[in-house]
Amino acid sequence: MSRKKNIGITAYSIFVLLPVYWLINMSFKSNEEILGTFSLWPQQFTFANYQVIFTDPSWYNGYFNSITYVVLNSIITLLVALPAAYAFSRYKFIGDKHLFFWLLTNRMAPPAVFLLPFFQLYSSIGLFDTHIAVALAHCLFSVPLAVWILEGFMSSVPREIDETAYIDGYSFPRFFIRIFLPLISSGIGVTVFFSFMFSWVELLLARTLTSVNAKPIAAIMTRTIGADGIDWGVLSAAGVLTIIPGILVIYFVRNHVAKGFALGRV
Amino acid sequence: MNKIQNNRAWFLVLPVFILVAFSAIIPLMTVVNYSVQDIFDQNNAYFVGVEWYRDVLQDPRLQDSLLRQFMYSGSVLAIEIPLGIAVALMMPTRGAMASLSLILLAIPLLIPWNVVGTIWQIFARADIGLLGYAINGMGIEYNYATNATDAWLTVVLMDVWHWTSLIALLCYSGLRAIPDAYYQAAKIDRASDWAIFKYIQLPKLKGVLIIGVLLRFMDSFMIYTEPFVLTGGGPGNSTTFLSQTLTKMAIGQFDIGPAAAFSMIYFLIVLLVSWLFFTTISQLDKNKT
Repeated sequence: MSRKKNIGITAYSIFVLLPVYWLINMSFKSNEEILGTFSLWPQQFTFANYQVIFTDPSWYNGYFNSITYVVLNSIITLLVALPAAYAFSRYKFIGDKHLFFWLLTNRMAPPAVFLLPFFQLYSSIGLFDTHIAVALAHCLFSVPLAVWILEGFMSSVPREIDETAYIDGYSFPRFFIRIFLPLISSGIGVTVFFSFMFSWVELLLARTLTSVNAKPIAAIMTRTIGADGIDWGVLSAAGVLTIIPGILVIYFVRNHVAKGFALGRV
Repeated sequence: MNKIQNNRAWFLVLPVFILVAFSAIIPLMTVVNYSVQDIFDQNNAYFVGVEWYRDVLQDPRLQDSLLRQFMYSGSVLAIEIPLGIAVALMMPTRGAMASLSLILLAIPLLIPWNVVGTIWQIFARADIGLLGYAINGMGIEYNYATNATDAWLTVVLMDVWHWTSLIALLCYSGLRAIPDAYYQAAKIDRASDWAIFKYIQLPKLKGVLIIGVLLRFMDSFMIYTEPFVLTGGGPGNSTTFLSQTLTKMAIGQFDIGPAAAFSMIYFLIVLLVSWLFFTTISQLDKNKT
């Protein structure tokens, strides 16, 4: 039984890794080699494709732009979602259920629906082509999810802890920061992971809300399609570089991920 | 848990409310506004009522892409849910292998969506891609850029590759929450693997599976970037889904009125299906107990 399982999971892992391997393979080949010969690994190993990206500011700035708005998005999301999740997990108040459901419906809105209004809204308040505009737009999806996840984690902390802290003379902000936040640290890690994930991978809104200064790397990648066809080597190298931040993030939260993926609800 | 009634909790929720209202209500009202007017320029707009909605509902482009969208979401869900459960059951439970497989499985989830399209473009092309090369090498004619069936299969396979991990990780965390005592009791009863799955694991997975199905339905229904990069919606219109039709309409042709009406219908469909699914599940729950 366990042998069969091992074979199964290995087969699936290969299925997951094979396309990624192919991308890495391509990124170390020159274009002549990619189009000329077919080989399972690079015959003439070259870093030229990466060199193009690391020496051209219009390329590597794309990475900085993407990381900037993703980090901004995570910070804003955490700052607003933490108190809200606390309220939802501890108190009953007028309209709480409706508000919670309404928040979740925003997660269901197709980004394509909001494309045009977002463009006009952010243009009219002068935020077009800034990192903060993309971060705010992505909050539409990340905040509802963050509130949902954090609420699950917070509900698993017994409220006796809150009461004991108040009896000991803690004020609310001090209790919240010194005692409560450390208790749900894995929940915070998972929330950051999810806001990172959905903001890093999204392209449609990020591309629409930027033109030059805040253009995300994902949009810059379309440049490789030129008059003489697609520059496969550079495209692959750029793709490989977009995978690395994701792997770093998942590495840091790997121990919390099992609990976190159930949104703290198991 | 019994909660305390306290309306001052609204102050804690207020930041979220303002933020989401700013980026949800204002744009949504703009869309509603556009969907009932015919706009020539900034000063010339006429109220046209439900005319756009009627036009859009009769538009064959919308009907076709809606049908394709349902077929796509349906087939994606039908493959990913069972496969995801199977993968979760096969994952090692402890030790270094467990972390390793977690990280491996999460990789596709963290790749930007257009890069996912790029990866599959490179992987599936007949001339430079491993998959395309291998399939053609086996003597089967395969080219996703010219053959509609191939394009369709490639797009579905790409989505399976991309998102099965999410279901697998959700189920994996659900499985970890089952106490060992359950398995020991099953062992004493000499329950078969199938019985363990059916009576212990599956009921415990229900919570996470609801989340998984909902997330997958919503996201597959909004899919835009991956097929756009891979096939550009073609060949013909065979892989053009709702979001792409809408974006073409709103930005390509600048038909703001119909596009807004289309948006509203689109959003309502997602809401309706999600709501139906959710209420059906919770109704079934009530009937059982």
